[in-house]
Amino acid sequence: MKPSDFPPPFDVSEAVARPTDPEDERIEVGVAIVGAGPAGLACAIRLGQLLEEAPAIAERLGDVPVAVIEKGKQPGSHLLSGAVVNPRALQRLFAGRKRLDELPFYGVVEQESVYFLTRNRAARIPTPPTMKNHGNRVASLSELGRWLAAQAEEAGAMILPETAATKLLVEHGRVRGIRTGDKGRGRDGEELPNFEPGSDVLARVTVLAEGTQGHLTGAAIETFGLAGENPQVWALGVKEVWRVARPLRRVIHTMGWPLRAGAKYREFGGSFIYPMGDELLTLGMVVGLDYRDVELSVHDLLQELKTHPLVRKLLDGGERIAWGAKTIPEGGFLSLPKRLHAPGLLLAGDGPGFVNVPALKGIHYAIETGALAAEAAFAVLQRGEAVGRRGALASYDEAVKQSFVWRDLEQVRNMRQAFGRGFWLGGALAGAMTASHGKFPPGDARTEPDAEQELIRTGRARRYPAPDGKLTFDKLSSVFLSGNKTRDDAPNHLRVQTRVAPELAELWARMCPAQVYEPQDGRVEVTASNCVQCGAITAKGGRLTPPEGGSGPEYTLT
Amino acid sequence: MSTLVFLEHHEGELQKDSLGVLAKAAQLGGDVSALIAGSGVEGLAAQAGRFGAAKVYVADDPALEAPLPQPRVDVAADLVRRHGFETVLFGATVLTADVAAGLAARLDAGLNWDLVDLAQEDGKLVGKRPALDDTVYVDVGWKGEPRLALIRTGTFEPVESPAEPEVERVDVQLEDFSTLAKMIEQAHEESEGPSIEDADVIVAGGRGLGGPDNFALVEELAKALGGAVAATRAVVDAGWYPYSTQVGQTGKTVAPRLYIAVGISGAIQHKVGMQGSNVIVAINKDPNAPIFEYADLGVVGDLHEIIPKLTELVRQRKAA
Amino acid sequence: MKIAVCAKAVPEQARRIDPETKRLDRSGEQTLNPFDANAVEEGLRLKGDAADAEVVLFSLGPERSLDALRKALAMGADRVVLVTDEAAAGSDLVASSYALARVLEREQAELVLFGQQANDSDGAVMWAAVADRLRRPLISQVAELTVSDGAVRGKRQTEFGYDVIEAPLPAVVAVSDAINEPRYPSLKGIMGAKKKPQETVSLSDLGVEGERAGESGSRTEVYALGEPPPRGETQRVEDDGSGAEKIVEFLLERKAL
Ligand SMILES: Cc1cc2nc3c(=O)[nH]c(=O)nc-3n(C[C@H](O)[C@H](O)[C@H](O)COP(=O)(O)OP(=O)(O)OC[C@H]3O[C@@H](n4cnc5c(N)ncnc54)[C@H](O)[C@@H]3O)c2cc1C
Ligand SMILES: Cc1cc2nc3c(=O)[nH]c(=O)nc-3n(C[C@H](O)[C@H](O)[C@H](O)COP(=O)(O)OP(=O)(O)OC[C@H]3O[C@@H](n4cnc5c(N)ncnc54)[C@H](O)[C@@H]3O)c2cc1C
Ligand SMILES: Cc1cc2nc3c(=O)[nH]c(=O)nc-3n(C[C@H](O)[C@H](O)[C@H](O)COP(=O)(O)OP(=O)(O)OC[C@H]3O[C@@H](n4cnc5c(N)ncnc54)[C@H](O)[C@@H]3O)c2cc1C
Ligand code: SF4
Repeated sequence: MKPSDFPPPFDVSEAVARPTDPEDERIEVGVAIVGAGPAGLACAIRLGQLLEEAPAIAERLGDVPVAVIEKGKQPGSHLLSGAVVNPRALQRLFAGRKRLDELPFYGVVEQESVYFLTRNRAARIPTPPTMKNHGNRVASLSELGRWLAAQAEEAGAMILPETAATKLLVEHGRVRGIRTGDKGRGRDGEELPNFEPGSDVLARVTVLAEGTQGHLTGAAIETFGLAGENPQVWALGVKEVWRVARPLRRVIHTMGWPLRAGAKYREFGGSFIYPMGDELLTLGMVVGLDYRDVELSVHDLLQELKTHPLVRKLLDGGERIAWGAKTIPEGGFLSLPKRLHAPGLLLAGDGPGFVNVPALKGIHYAIETGALAAEAAFAVLQRGEAVGRRGALASYDEAVKQSFVWRDLEQVRNMRQAFGRGFWLGGALAGAMTASHGKFPPGDARTEPDAEQELIRTGRARRYPAPDGKLTFDKLSSVFLSGNKTRDDAPNHLRVQTRVAPELAELWARMCPAQVYEPQDGRVEVTASNCVQCGAITAKGGRLTPPEGGSGPEYTLT
Repeated sequence: MSTLVFLEHHEGELQKDSLGVLAKAAQLGGDVSALIAGSGVEGLAAQAGRFGAAKVYVADDPALEAPLPQPRVDVAADLVRRHGFETVLFGATVLTADVAAGLAARLDAGLNWDLVDLAQEDGKLVGKRPALDDTVYVDVGWKGEPRLALIRTGTFEPVESPAEPEVERVDVQLEDFSTLAKMIEQAHEESEGPSIEDADVIVAGGRGLGGPDNFALVEELAKALGGAVAATRAVVDAGWYPYSTQVGQTGKTVAPRLYIAVGISGAIQHKVGMQGSNVIVAINKDPNAPIFEYADLGVVGDLHEIIPKLTELVRQRKAA
Repeated sequence: MKIAVCAKAVPEQARRIDPETKRLDRSGEQTLNPFDANAVEEGLRLKGDAADAEVVLFSLGPERSLDALRKALAMGADRVVLVTDEAAAGSDLVASSYALARVLEREQAELVLFGQQANDSDGAVMWAAVADRLRRPLISQVAELTVSDGAVRGKRQTEFGYDVIEAPLPAVVAVSDAINEPRYPSLKGIMGAKKKPQETVSLSDLGVEGERAGESGSRTEVYALGEPPPRGETQRVEDDGSGAEKIVEFLLERKAL
């Protein structure tokens, strides 16, 4: 039994359409950017900078030269990361405009430790080169995103939160823009009294910066035949923010326990613990979604991790103030699309997979690719060239290939092992092998889709601690802390088969950090309004589609 | 200290909450007077005396027949100005909230709402109130007099202290704008029982009931207690009970005197809608259900055993 | 017809009272008080397609409120007038209603609408104070509203059932959240909102004296902040057949029966 035996009732054609609104009702913008994450916002900021110096072009682009479409309630509402940020791309973006100390960072990383954990012990191991973070900055990506959004607005972009892009508008072989989602539909899709239909947003250039599991990005890759050499694979990260009694003064990564070493389990991942100033810290657990055990739950593994003496000590006397979950593309260089553009379209950030897996870093690549996308779009607009012409936007691919993004990812590409195992086992291979006497790393590199892994059952759930409401928490109280207050009668945006093998039903129930799935008499009950849009279901046999704009989590500190 | 308590009445009865506030005023000490405004309400003065008013002002006028706030503001303002009451208290209802706020504007007097207690501390009157969905408690006060306060529903119990009150009829002089709003139709209860927002007692059912038909169990119990029936999202989602009865984050927020949770796990999204309840009783077969962390009484057991028996016992007591 | 809607920006989440100032912490993200969306919706419904009708938002609050109030513009309201002034911070009912009344007087709307309550302070009283200051008739808690022949008629729910009340215009009406389902702003609406008139006025523009505003104009104060009293221990019993009796005993003891 594997999840892919029950493919989701979803066809990519649903996400691609021609413009349908009558001409006079269409919304015309210059550049439409989908996603107010670091990639999309950097793109908007860079465009603003370029247009400021070329008012004639801005004029030509109409009333709204740059629009950013974001499904979260506010910019930042759907942003979640570690995050230790390499400031390189930000420095370039704000050169001569902002100093790094004007950005909302919690501080510079000065010390770091890596541990190999067993149930009760923590063995310090040397920090592997890819895990070195000296000089990087700690941030909450949600906060950084809000700040970047304010900069983008100042630079002239129009930010449109609470708006999901649900369809890629394609006509005559070129991307014309996107269609936004309807609002005010009932559970069965019926129109409620306050129904408000979506709109066609037409743009000269559309930049997809949707981040992980991008819905339209996936559709674009399929429609334009852009798929790379390897399929994309993902890891799921669940994290919390704590107000703590004593400041943590270093960055910590752990590997080993509570993950298991046996090759058959395919449990690749580890934890991060980052200081956020003197009063807060954040900790998270990341596990590759190629795992096999139906009872594996990253949320519960994070709860288990907190019972380790090393971690418990840090949290003692503290209080949990935020929680959230999100997936990370882990395919790396070999999973990148073979082109980053199509007529009228550019792809940036996590969507196409710009993550340096052995370093657990994507933010500076998102910012850099977003800014490069802006430059490519601007160049075409400046030349007044037909944007839809094949290859008109190819300069973007060139620029990315010339940039540090490509060099970084290519460099680690040869660590095939690293790609197979993600950050912890890839980056820290040597350390782990020493500390575990050769038990880690288990298994082979990852080249199969996550949903192709055969499922096993090993009684893993017995070890999860019972929630005590102080150190360890259940999923529902965690979802509450995510700020999710989605209306109960929103339509279901999760495409899964509801009659599936019992193992798969259980896998989903355990995997989902938001308690969306519940096996019930041979069926899977789906409570879609719990969903925090982490994307894990797309990796394991279902499909997350963009829900009604403004719904889902309302992260502020993650 | 001189205190005036505004007494609300309905169909010839003084309201219990108003009398509770009167009892509290008497307990705080000083001269306690009451104001009854309406038409043909003279007879209510004696009732007020029995619950602690030394003096009762009666404003009896056909213009005060309908329970509308603005004429009452005129009457109260006049009375406060003439007698210089230091404190004016209201048991909060739809009508009295409007009277109190109108009076605050008229007299430029401080109004504190949602009080759950009043105390004299260091010679100062201090109001105690929960705020921000009951997550904090605040001590509040007034700068200058008169001090106006709205007391949360169901806070104080009436206390009988038989006395002959002094009754004084007051002149009713109304502002021109106060009589512009007219009651066209004063209807009475349209539904059979109280709605969950108004109910004193709520019996709430969760997925532990096992099916829609078993809601009869909670309905019977609610009927015996004179209360309303509420539900969790899980059962509303399943179509067992209407959305209008859902209590919680995405449903209604309630704070009855008694909340009985039957077969409800007590997830935080449910808790935030009912944690303000005065007494919480939970029946659940799972000893680790989160509801037991905040219930006043938790009974670990099978609801199918307990609820019918409980309904029967309540019926017997009510009959007796 | 000119319809005024009084509306307030409230903290989006993580609501807390600042222990220093003893005021609500308004530093985080602000949003349109959700109950005011019902008033905006009702205003827009009454305005309908009438070209000469106007829905104007009035608010007292910090300058940042504009971002949140823009949602009402995106829904379709025509403009915003925000009374904003350092000196107004910490206004209680007496002080806020005074400033609001002054700005409303300036505009002379036929109908002044309020929402059911501000979801941060939960007073559900502001309209009554404003109506008194404006010397206009008031109908509150309105779940159904009609306007015809220069009068408003509102159906409302009280503890005792439904009342129907009528008043001549100009009048003050507070609507309940049962009155309608607020519309979602359309994308066009959102994009157009920024360009609609957004006026800010100071207290002195309105002739509000300093001593009638903010803390000096307020007649209430906050002395201390504390934790809610603990609920008390949960009394726990295993049902051994006597569960129902135990509940009845408990209820009698707590005077809850
Ligand atoms: C647990 C975890 C820890 C991490 N730690 C680090 C770290 O320490 N350092 C680091 O550099 N990187 C880290 N990363 C990776 C980093 O967070 C990502 O690489 C980065 O956020 C990618 O930026 P992005 O702009 O491409 O996408 P995102 O940040 O995902 O933003 C995409 C935005 O687009 C919106 N969106 C998506 N689809 C639509 C649509 N159809 N319509 C409207 N809006 C849409 C989303 O709501 C979101 O706001 C971590 C990731 C995770 C999950
Ligand atoms: C965004 C969001 C909003 C939400 N909004 C709300 C909301 O407004 N209101 C709300 O209620 N929930 C809400 N929820 C859902 C909430 O998290 C819970 O899922 C829900 O409250 C559970 O309902 P329940 O207690 O009926 O069901 P369950 O959690 O399934 O609990 C049933 C309980 O019944 C007990 N039981 C079973 N059989 C018996 C028996 N024979 N005798 C005694 N006990 C028995 C079980 O032990 C169990 O504890 C929301 C969730 C989210 C994410
Ligand atoms: C926790 C808390 C408790 C408070 N308690 C008191 C108290 O007991 N006494 C007191 O005098 N003050 C109190 N305040 C101050 C109070 O916030 C202000 O008086 C405020 O301006 C009005 O709030 P309200 O609750 O009266 O509003 P409500 O009466 O609940 O609001 C009803 C409607 O009035 C309109 N409205 C309210 N405020 C504004 C505004 N500023 N601008 C435009 N329209 C508005 C909206 O349409 C709203 O829907 C409290 C504040 C907080 C945060
Ligand atoms: S349902 Fe939502 S929260 Fe749950 S796994 Fe899928 S995307 Fe993540």
